[in-house]
Amino acid sequence: MFAYLVRRLFLMLVTLFGISVVIFFLLRIVPGNIVDILFAAAGYVDPADKVDLEKQLGIDQPLVVQYLHWIGGLLRGDLGYSYVSEKPALQEILPRIPITARLAGLALLFSASIGIPLGVISAVKQGSRIDYALRVLSLSGLSLPSFWLGLLVLTASVAMFGQMPIFNPNPQSFAEAFATYCIPAMVVGFRSSALTMRITRSSMLEVLRQDYIRTARAKGASDAAVNYHHALKNAILPVITVIGIEAAFLIGGLIVTETVFNIPGVARFLVEAIRWRDYPIVQNLVMFIAVVVVFANFTVDMLYAVFDPRIRYTD
Amino acid sequence: MADSSDLVLEVKNLKTVFFTNSGLFKAVDDLSFTVKRGETLAIVGESGCGKSVTALSLMRLVPDPPGRIVGGSVSLEATDLLALSEAEMRKVRGNRISMIFQEPMTSLNPVIRIGDQIVEAVRLHRNLSSKQARDIAVEMLRLVRIPEPARRAREYPHQLSGGMRQRAMIAMALACRPALLIADEPTTALDVTIQAQILALILDLQKELGTGLVLITHDLGVVAQTAQRVIVMYAGRKVEEASVEALFAAPKHPYTRGLMASIPAVPAPGVAAQERLNEIPGTVPSLVRLPAGCAFAPRCKLAIKRCEAEYPPLIDWGGGHLAACWRAADVAEVA
Amino acid sequence: MAAIDFEVELKRAGAHATGGWRRVLFLAQRHVLGAAGLTIMTVFVLTAIFADFIARYDPLSVDAAHALARPSWAHWMGTDSFGRDVFSRIIHGARISLAVGIGSTALGGTIGVIVGLTSGYLSGWVDLMFQRVSDILQALPLLVLALIMTAALGPSLPNVILAIAIPLIPTVSRVTRANTLALREQPFVEAAKSIGMSEIRIALRHVLPNTLAPLIVLATAQLGSTILTEASLSFLGLGIPEPYPSWGRMLSESAAEYVRTAPWLVIFPGIAISLAVFGANLFGDALRDILDPRQRG
Repeated sequence: MFAYLVRRLFLMLVTLFGISVVIFFLLRIVPGNIVDILFAAAGYVDPADKVDLEKQLGIDQPLVVQYLHWIGGLLRGDLGYSYVSEKPALQEILPRIPITARLAGLALLFSASIGIPLGVISAVKQGSRIDYALRVLSLSGLSLPSFWLGLLVLTASVAMFGQMPIFNPNPQSFAEAFATYCIPAMVVGFRSSALTMRITRSSMLEVLRQDYIRTARAKGASDAAVNYHHALKNAILPVITVIGIEAAFLIGGLIVTETVFNIPGVARFLVEAIRWRDYPIVQNLVMFIAVVVVFANFTVDMLYAVFDPRIRYTD
Repeated sequence: MADSSDLVLEVKNLKTVFFTNSGLFKAVDDLSFTVKRGETLAIVGESGCGKSVTALSLMRLVPDPPGRIVGGSVSLEATDLLALSEAEMRKVRGNRISMIFQEPMTSLNPVIRIGDQIVEAVRLHRNLSSKQARDIAVEMLRLVRIPEPARRAREYPHQLSGGMRQRAMIAMALACRPALLIADEPTTALDVTIQAQILALILDLQKELGTGLVLITHDLGVVAQTAQRVIVMYAGRKVEEASVEALFAAPKHPYTRGLMASIPAVPAPGVAAQERLNEIPGTVPSLVRLPAGCAFAPRCKLAIKRCEAEYPPLIDWGGGHLAACWRAADVAEVA
Repeated sequence: MAAIDFEVELKRAGAHATGGWRRVLFLAQRHVLGAAGLTIMTVFVLTAIFADFIARYDPLSVDAAHALARPSWAHWMGTDSFGRDVFSRIIHGARISLAVGIGSTALGGTIGVIVGLTSGYLSGWVDLMFQRVSDILQALPLLVLALIMTAALGPSLPNVILAIAIPLIPTVSRVTRANTLALREQPFVEAAKSIGMSEIRIALRHVLPNTLAPLIVLATAQLGSTILTEASLSFLGLGIPEPYPSWGRMLSESAAEYVRTAPWLVIFPGIAISLAVFGANLFGDALRDILDPRQRG
């Protein structure tokens, strides 16, 4: 177990290192930097000012030096300064994390509490009208773009209340909290609940074909006992994996949803920073996302060992 | 004839079909037999002859779709199982009629402890506290000669060897003392050394509990050791039925004779071994397009015109020795 | 025992569906949803091909006099803030969605297959290296990676295709690699080796065709996801640049303002995206059921 953990952690570090290299150099292969953009926006170019500013931001140095400087700072907890706001990147990023984390948590809760039961029903009633309806519903969940769903919610809100919900980071009432967090979370969670449902369904169908299900029936177990006790206990394992991985990949839905609903979370911040070529913010945010993904994968593997008695990480 | 109250199982004209995309598949066709209390009936045949579907039909566990029992009756202790509702049938399964499957590796739920799986079987049919059920489960594990039963009960299937798992399956099947036990190739998936132990265990427990046993196998050696009566199935039909002694002494159906001849005999000292194994030429016909006559005719050395045109009826050749063959009288001479 | 109509049961099992057309008809009946998906896909492709004939206006022509016109007989789906006809833009937008969908799936799929086969065959350090690169690419969500790629490459159609294709590579190569490894152990591959067939020939003649079914299934499943990713990128203003009529771009951030004043600008492009992706997903699902019996549900 210990050897396995060490190996796993080592591989995680290798992956994170690789991402840092890829991101850092990818962002810098295009001609044009923040200084060009700022100067173009300002409408004049004084070469001396430009060189000055480049020096000040440290982007006159060779890329490798810049990279080492970034990683060195990262290890000390110093993320550098935002080019745009000139504030420490950490100060810019940190307060936005809880907002996005709350949305993601709610979305996952929504995804699991809707997706798993519906997936089980769909599998148990395979071939019935309910199964058909649920499959169409889940496929449409995977087909509607989150941002469009968000826009539709806004349209409906205008039609019903004559106004759009305005984000308030510290909601005062239940209604406000609902509008601020729950509605966007449902918009994000709709897609992942559809995914959860599909995985649950196919996992259940796979398990229901197994010999031990026949054994359970041969004992005289009822359909409910067979489906929920014998089958679901086995079928839930792949579902955990998907929910765990989806937890990290929710960021895609969060990016567009935060944009639609004007929520000042990290996901929307990433898009803004990319547009402004605010490298310190972009590379640190991407590293943050990568760390979340890598740890989510790790947690899923550990959970697997908890839920499945057959798995013991020994090698 | 035995007293009818002694009968545990009486199957009459059972017919189970599968609706497949290549046509109607008659897996079991017009099958009748009986099992007495404490008796062992063996059903023999090649794979695909309908033995396993027969077993699942008795349990009413034929997967539907594509399978369906379309005719006949299955009377267990004078109750027609085919007439019961699904809820009533559930009370019978695992209680009065139990089954052991071929694959001990995959037939136990991998994420539930062995003991809990037996406890479940007990509590489904007996109104017991979980403590009492647990005691019965451990007692059953002891009965099937699993060492340290209390500890094993807390283990998961993957922690047990194949033989141990099959013992656990037997414990589970017998936990409610059923009137009839169906064992579908219970030893096929096991090591040869373990096979004999498991077989002996089933027979011992059967004797002890007075259970009727339907043993499904393709192995005539197993039949000779264990059964009192034998049914030989071919292409979904019963082609011969006899007591073990009568069958081995004088098989009436060419197919049975073929099965026996394909068992290699150990040569006596000083005698050269047979040069070539005897085999039955050809393969089992497709159950979808069965010939009008005897299904075995295309592979039979004795086949005559009539065999291809007309299906032979089951005829009693004396002492309950039934065979369905136009040339049953000539079988002994030819081979 | 209830009477059983054998003919009805057999028909349901498909026993009468022999021969080419009957078989196709049976499959269409069995997979109603898949047939619906195929129909949607066909309409989508035909729309893209014949966009010039279907569209009623030039999708790029600006008409300030009729800006933000409501849907009417003249403009079925209204006009946008530049007075461009929304219907015509949606019809032409099918080309962009299709180009990105097919382009990135084909590009990512081809590279993925090559990487996967190589990786599965040349186990050792090459395999190890590819695996680690896959890990890196897969540790970033599709949209994040595509966002950074387009930001790095600049917004244009080929760059968007490339940006969406790259995150697909590890998914495809993982599947190919796993299948290759499994197939290498198969007797027929061993047999080919024993008669002296070269590794490359074995890979192309024996391994690739046998791994094709899961790859086709995967590619169809990815088609919808690539169309969605393009829409998201363009929605965020980092995909297909103006004035090209990308469905996602038509919904761009400013759409939130039109929610109040011009909801037709929000509703119609969204329907177009959803329908195209829905069709691809329906078809992909049915294809998986037919080609990959192991997963049949």
